[in-house]
Amino acid sequence: MIVRIAGEGQFKLPDEDAERLNELDNRAVSAVEEGDETGFKELWSQMLEIVASDGNAVDDDELVESDVILPPRDITFGEAKAEFTGEGLIPD
Amino acid sequence: MPGLAGRMSTVVKAKISRMLDKTEDPGETLDYGYQKQTELLQNVKKGIADVVTSKKRLQMQSQKIEQQVVKLDTQARQALSAGKEDLARTALERKTLAQTELQSLDQQVKELEAQQEQLTANEQRLRQKIEQFRTKKEVIKAQYSAAEAQVRISEAANGVGEEMADLGLAMQRAEDKTENMRARASAVEELEAAGAFDDITALGSGQDDIDRQLAELTSGGQVDDELAKMKAELGSGGGGDAPALEQGEEKA
Repeated sequence: MIVRIAGEGQFKLPDEDAERLNELDNRAVSAVEEGDETGFKELWSQMLEIVASDGNAVDDDELVESDVILPPRDITFGEAKAEFTGEGLIPD
Repeated sequence: MPGLAGRMSTVVKAKISRMLDKTEDPGETLDYGYQKQTELLQNVKKGIADVVTSKKRLQMQSQKIEQQVVKLDTQARQALSAGKEDLARTALERKTLAQTELQSLDQQVKELEAQQEQLTANEQRLRQKIEQFRTKKEVIKAQYSAAEAQVRISEAANGVGEEMADLGLAMQRAEDKTENMRARASAVEELEAAGAFDDITALGSGQDDIDRQLAELTSGGQVDDELAKMKAELGSGGGGDAPALEQGEEKA
């Protein structure tokens, strides 16, 4: 799967990571809904960690669409409230 | 990420389908797409230049205030060694405020620097993608039938389109941040204009109001501590090299 971190570019990840990312995303949505900023930050850094450890940067001259777009690394909790809502990472 | 991914990809797709609808001829569509991409690249350059300008402005302010910090510190010492504790306190209050501003300015300069780096990296990435798009479009024009070309165009265009949308978002965020910093820089300039960082030789009779506000702004604790420390230094240092506030004034 191809994951983009907004502002940083695209990364190629093994497809198995989709499930892990999706689960973290669902928990991040709950954390945001509950107003749990610390919980959100922790989950968010775990998501970034997966991309960092499993991802390989897509070449600059490769033209591919991302399966998932993650918000900017330095997303604030206020911004997260607008982004982390609704269904999971991969829509049903 | 249904929020961002959803929103962004919708924007990208809308833009691209509009781009593709523009013309029936794939060759023309490709050229139009390429033209739009290079236009965006120009905007990015302007965006980066804006960030650099804001950064320079903050750096200049920071240098100016840094000089005042040194000056006020020297004056506080001079005032104290001349036995003028009130004057020393005033100088230290101003110094404290100036230092606080300095920290905040330096932090902002760092943030802008990071932003500049990120935008520059983004710009280079987009430039590469656009270059790739340009190559691809020539291949598509030469090798594929109209129907086949449409599919390939979508692939290539969506790839570049996403990069463009991403850069657009990065620029928007950079702009918002620089906007905040501009407001902050103006606030510092107002303080400066009001004389909040003036050295104490510039103190006139009209300064009482500023001093009262400064005394409120700079919590007494830090100023008291520094004053005590300075006193101790002057006391134990033998006082031999403590410069007098005014020329010709002899040490007791």
